[in-house]
Amino acid sequence: MEKEQFYYDNKIVKMFLWATVLWGVVGMLVGLIVALLFIFPGLLEFTGSDNAISWLSFGRLRPLHTNAVIFAFVGNSIFLGIYYSTQRLLKARMFSDVLSRIHFWGWQTIIVAAAITLPLGFTSSKEYAELEWPIDILVVLVWVVFGINLIGTILKRRQRHIYVAIWFYIATLVTVAVLYIFNNLELPVTGFKSYSIYSGVQDALLQWWYGHNAVAFFLTTPVLGLMYYFVPKVANRPVYSYRLSIIHFWTLIFLYIWAGPHHLLYTALPEWAQNLGTVFSVMLIFPSWGGMINGLLTLRGAWDKVRENPVLKFFVVAITGYGMATFEGPMLSFKNLNAIGHYTDWIIGHVHVGALAWNGFMASGIIYWVATKLWKTELYSKKLANTHFWLGTLGIIFYAIPLYIAGFTQASLWKQFNPDGTLVYGNFLETVTQIIPMYMIRAIGGTLYLLGFILLAVNVIKTARAGSAVEDELAEAVPLKKISGKRVAGEPVHTWLERRTVLFTILTTVAILIGGLVEIVPTFLVKSNIPTIASVKPYTPLELEGRDIYIREGCNNCHSQMIRPFRSEVERYGEYSKAGEFVYDFPFLWGSRRTGPDVHRLGGKYNNNWHFNHMFDPRSTSPGSIMPRYPWLLKNNMNASNLEDKMTALAKLGVPYSDTDISEAKQALLAQAKEIETSLRQDPEFVKNYGNSNVQQKEIVALIAYLQRLGTDIKAGNTALK
Amino acid sequence: MEVIYITIGVSIIVAVFFFAAFLKSLKSGQYDDTYTPSVRMLFDDELVKDSKVNNLK
Ligand code: HEC
Repeated sequence: MEKEQFYYDNKIVKMFLWATVLWGVVGMLVGLIVALLFIFPGLLEFTGSDNAISWLSFGRLRPLHTNAVIFAFVGNSIFLGIYYSTQRLLKARMFSDVLSRIHFWGWQTIIVAAAITLPLGFTSSKEYAELEWPIDILVVLVWVVFGINLIGTILKRRQRHIYVAIWFYIATLVTVAVLYIFNNLELPVTGFKSYSIYSGVQDALLQWWYGHNAVAFFLTTPVLGLMYYFVPKVANRPVYSYRLSIIHFWTLIFLYIWAGPHHLLYTALPEWAQNLGTVFSVMLIFPSWGGMINGLLTLRGAWDKVRENPVLKFFVVAITGYGMATFEGPMLSFKNLNAIGHYTDWIIGHVHVGALAWNGFMASGIIYWVATKLWKTELYSKKLANTHFWLGTLGIIFYAIPLYIAGFTQASLWKQFNPDGTLVYGNFLETVTQIIPMYMIRAIGGTLYLLGFILLAVNVIKTARAGSAVEDELAEAVPLKKISGKRVAGEPVHTWLERRTVLFTILTTVAILIGGLVEIVPTFLVKSNIPTIASVKPYTPLELEGRDIYIREGCNNCHSQMIRPFRSEVERYGEYSKAGEFVYDFPFLWGSRRTGPDVHRLGGKYNNNWHFNHMFDPRSTSPGSIMPRYPWLLKNNMNASNLEDKMTALAKLGVPYSDTDISEAKQALLAQAKEIETSLRQDPEFVKNYGNSNVQQKEIVALIAYLQRLGTDIKAGNTALK
Repeated sequence: MEVIYITIGVSIIVAVFFFAAFLKSLKSGQYDDTYTPSVRMLFDDELVKDSKVNNLK
């Protein structure tokens, strides 16, 4: 058959490339700021510490950083690589230019929406799924557009064999869609407030099933696809073993999705589910290391090229980082290591080896190489790229090692006992101040890494100036011979699908099953929310408002609410957490990190005035604390206008609020607020400073109500049932 | 712990989907040749358009 000529769409690749560079700088900069807040909690209080700006506080910026680097930086870099490689591997232009553009601008819109709403405190609180429901819907729509575009390109391909990279892209497409939808099922209350339809333990399990797979199918599989395309391409030699790459793909896909429970070891999750998570996590090491070895061995006999070519250097460190992270992951899934590592900075170090080395360096290498292809010129400066490489590598080392040390230090300080059975570091703050030096070194590491990336930006801008972009690149290939199963020209899609009965059956089954689950699940989840502990009661209206403030401020980014059944934790925090205590927690707030102490049994530990003063200035009650100040909580009037709607929504989800509870909610709220104000006024110091203000209307009162309620439904030895 | 049925159910659906895709790709001969594809992807099919060449046309 005659060769056909056609054009590759380079323009869309270029757009994603610039987006990657831009969001990379922004996301890392926010990360650096967040890291500096650990050392200088008052860093962003430009307006005076008593007038600190709410949307610059740690709890709101941290999700901004994680979302920016995951979805904006890595997301755009994945799309850049996919749009570049898919067209060339399939010998076809993308299915639709319009869909490509919608995908691009839709994704950037999501990012901008996230960058605005997260600092404003619109958050669902679930890690890496913080975005509120309208943005969630947009994410799904844009993802579908991407899906149609990718599948469409595969269908119109001119190369019958589907190279392994494409399989990784398909896995990403399908799995991310399913996971995202299920984890974000929520009941909207207002335009930017919703409640997760799951509560407590259920919500936790679903969240970490998602969280684990977000790492698996957003940060790993697509990038592995990119590795299998770009590493051989840049080294100009075939992948070490194509057969191994195929085995790598299929085993990874079937193992990854079962490993989620390793995030919830020692929780109320059934034992067998925890063990399942551990077993699959350990098995994962085989395909992961198979992939790493395959990537590295592709460069066998080409080490002279690695020495000369900065792009290959980036790839080598990236793949090594992948190997380290995928070794550490299974190790951390063993219960005894998990008991040490969980809640400490070790985990932050672990994810940054993945993020900075694997994702950041793969993206950087790809950007440099694709830039030379897009602008048809040499890289502006190889020396600059080498400098970037060394700054970045040093950055990774200075980032990861101090955090490993910090993690081990925390774990050991938290657990040390005196001979008389009391904790050596009974005051949690002492365990924080000890690791501040590690936080400083970490911030230096982050600075180096960011500087390196800024060099990349400069280098790429200069390269683009020097070269001239070819927006539609001419290529030629022989079209596929039509085989019977293929769609005949002019035939409507549907009759064609019907002829492909197998495919049709699979697709519809999947669609129906997913649809069915989405329908059925909420109803039977509501039924399962029957309390198993008689003394556990729903939150009062004021506590509910307080809890929503806790979510808005992102306190869960520093405080856990899940006491594990260890002697050291029970001694420090009180009775360990029971599954039945969380049935009314929509969403769950267990947290994943203890920068501050666990607060699950906080209720009654301090008096109201302590909380009042501590929230206004943590350093006043806890000298040396790195917790942010929350002066606005003392100024803002509580906005309880949606109280009834919130309670009605929660009632729908199974919380036993009666109609009278809801209709009399405002009175109940006022009464409880008044009580707290009265108790606050017993302190003469308080009367002197705040005597004239109407404190009962302020947000702080709701937050105090919530904090004082925490964990009080059951106190030690008072577990009615189960 | 009813939510376990969702996670397991969905995971199985996804696994079944990929298993079907695997069988199909196997049957359609995607993996008959596990060498050529790794070399084929190295060859650029882009036509180098030099401006001079264009002028001659
Ligand atoms: C940057 C991390 C960080 C954030 C965000 C944060 N905290 Fe803290 N928190 C700490 C640290 C560190 C301590 C220990 C030192 C102290 O008492 O201030 C602490 C202590 C506390 C304590 C005392 C606990 C005890 O048992 O002694 C309470 C209560 C508390 N925080 C509530 C909150 C609330 C409510 C929010 C959100 C509005 C919040 N924190 C946000 C870091 C944080």
